[in-house]
Amino acid sequence: MSGYSLCFTAVVVFKRKTWLSLGQLAFPCVLCRSISQNSALCRKNLAAAGPEKFTAEFIQKQIEEFNIGKRHLANIMGEDPENFSQEDIDRSIAYLFPSGLFEKKARPLMKHPDEIFPMQRAVQWGKDRRPFHFLFYTGKQSYYSLMHELYGKMLNIEKHQDRLRSKGLFSKDGHKISLGMSRWLTKEELEALLVENISTHDYNRFIQIMERLLSMPYCNIEEEFVLRFRHLLQTQSRHQMVSALQKDENGVAFSSAEGCRKTSHSTVVLRDCGSGRLSVNGQDSLLYFPVLQDREQLMFPMQFTGTLGRFDLECTVSGGGRSSQAGALRLAISRALLSFLSPSEREMMRQAGLLTPDPRVRERKKPGQEGARRKFTWKKR
Amino acid sequence: MALHRLSLRLRPTVAHVRSIHTSRYGRQQEAAAVDSESEPISVFRTQENDPASQSEKQIGQFYTLPAEHIRLLFPHGLPNRYQQQVKTFNEACMMVRQPALEAISYLKKADYSKPALRYLFYGVKGSGKTMSLCHSVHFCYTQGWVVLHIPDAHLWVKNCKELMPSSYKSSRFDQPLQATSWLRNFKITNEPFLSKIKIKQRYVWTKRESTEEGRPLGELVDQGTSRVKSSSDVVAAVMKELRLQCGHPESNFRLAVAVDGVNALWGKSTIKKEDKSAVDPEELTLVYNLRKLLKNDWIGGAIITTLSQTGSLYTPKSAYLPQELLGERGFDSMDPFIPLSVPNYSEKEFESCYLYYTERNWLQHPQSRTEEGKKELIFLSNRNPTMFDRLCGFL
Repeated sequence: MSGYSLCFTAVVVFKRKTWLSLGQLAFPCVLCRSISQNSALCRKNLAAAGPEKFTAEFIQKQIEEFNIGKRHLANIMGEDPENFSQEDIDRSIAYLFPSGLFEKKARPLMKHPDEIFPMQRAVQWGKDRRPFHFLFYTGKQSYYSLMHELYGKMLNIEKHQDRLRSKGLFSKDGHKISLGMSRWLTKEELEALLVENISTHDYNRFIQIMERLLSMPYCNIEEEFVLRFRHLLQTQSRHQMVSALQKDENGVAFSSAEGCRKTSHSTVVLRDCGSGRLSVNGQDSLLYFPVLQDREQLMFPMQFTGTLGRFDLECTVSGGGRSSQAGALRLAISRALLSFLSPSEREMMRQAGLLTPDPRVRERKKPGQEGARRKFTWKKR
Repeated sequence: MALHRLSLRLRPTVAHVRSIHTSRYGRQQEAAAVDSESEPISVFRTQENDPASQSEKQIGQFYTLPAEHIRLLFPHGLPNRYQQQVKTFNEACMMVRQPALEAISYLKKADYSKPALRYLFYGVKGSGKTMSLCHSVHFCYTQGWVVLHIPDAHLWVKNCKELMPSSYKSSRFDQPLQATSWLRNFKITNEPFLSKIKIKQRYVWTKRESTEEGRPLGELVDQGTSRVKSSSDVVAAVMKELRLQCGHPESNFRLAVAVDGVNALWGKSTIKKEDKSAVDPEELTLVYNLRKLLKNDWIGGAIITTLSQTGSLYTPKSAYLPQELLGERGFDSMDPFIPLSVPNYSEKEFESCYLYYTERNWLQHPQSRTEEGKKELIFLSNRNPTMFDRLCGFL
């Protein structure tokens, strides 16, 4: 848009010159700025400009500012500036700028500029305006260079195989790459790696050729290359807090645990007595939870593990309503059961969702609406 | 070679002989199996249908009530759900439980020349108090007693559609509808006694109507059912007559007074007078006379009662002890009484109830027939009879 405005001024300038010359004025006219400009032309066409481009110097400056800021922050908190890690930064920012916002991404943060600003391609050509990369004119230079490299690796593997065959040591199922629990990078992740847009067709082709490479024997020589494009899956059972199994004076094993849901908190003491008795806040479970649904919720952890008549439950619960109290108790019972079970059963419980605290909380009411989601009645006039 | 062929020919005959032998033996075994199969059916049932002959050995077992008895004795006495169950299963099976057996044993041993003993069944909601009461009443009926059964005293103190000032005493109120329905049921239950018992006093109802001395009790009851206006007074008269007469040596009957929900008599009521002030239960004719009957100043009978939180007014849900439900006044009037606690099912009783439902094909769900299912049912119902019954209702 700025180019257009320049053109406009240039036109204006040109017109003025002729007019002045026609008017036969002696002194040369000064290149003057047009006083009145259409405001519509001033507004930049933001969509056409694309995402904001940061220059390399700008990023560099940001990195320097970040490092200096890190040292300042360490001094404020009274800690050692040399060994100030990212975790310490997060902790300090959370302390200095406490925020009650629910959305974690909306809270104040201080991170290395590489994590904040998206990766951008540096200028791909030199002063003589000739591109650096030989594949620049394909349009997708990183993608094609990657495919070229991939093919080179395959040729390498085949050469290795020929060498082994000549020595007589070739076998069909030799030395494949052990993948473990990993998956291929998704298209988005590959785009982030190459800093370039690729189409689905290109991505599928890439995965196809990688699979082909993996199927060749003796591909372990390119293991490092392949693993760059595999993403390790998270370990299954994340660290679980298992409460300890204690013994009381009669030698009966018991364990206690807590649980919460919405605004209810509960504690449960699970005793290994052999009778299926259950008391909630000192009362019978039938009296406290007259609704069948709540009692079913309490029954679920023990029914799932098949330990219905084995344990004695002493529960206390407070806060919330009847359903959330039942949910809190269920979580507490499952946590207390953990110490009596084997690791495989613990895994089953985790996958059944018994150990996950329910994150649903009441949504706040917003201004301009009647409730959290309900809007005021819309009147046409 | 020939021997070989001979043995070949002989072998099928030998086998044939053996098969005959085994088939007879097999039939014997089958017969034995059938016998042993017919036995498990009666593990939770007992053949002793007479309450008088039941003992601790039958605790947990079901005995069948004859249909005739049900029709006569319990036109209004059984709990609603149990009545539906009787209709569904086409038989009335009641479980023999310890509190009822205890009450029956006391009834057997009591001395009827002394003032009437008062029995009170109490327990948590749904633990089987009304059923124990019905069991004891059945015993009294089989022994030939006169049964005065008030199915639910709470019905007399709430939801009254018609309230009339009493003709006898101006401060009291009559409830004609309840009185007439009760008299009708009383007539059905005690048909044989109505002609035998004669009244000892003259009752004047209106200027033209009166019942003379010496007339049978049946006439009094008919008077009450036909003349609705004076039915509450008739009830009072019936109660008085029975009370006075059953102690005498010449009268050969005993009186069993069975009241369900006795805490209603001393609680509050929801009936309101015209000026919107609450009516005290004492001001109701029926309640006043029933209270007189419940006093143990008469001989030759027994008073069996239960507490009930379900229909009671202004009592917390968790209250089930006599002190809480009867209140001070009630407790003082009922004192002394024999308290009988009715607990939830024991393991044996639960087992037999479960087997009964399975045998009646009431538990349709395949999971309910497994061990796991049984444990779930125990957990969810906490062995409470009503909850177990409701749970099985939709399984």
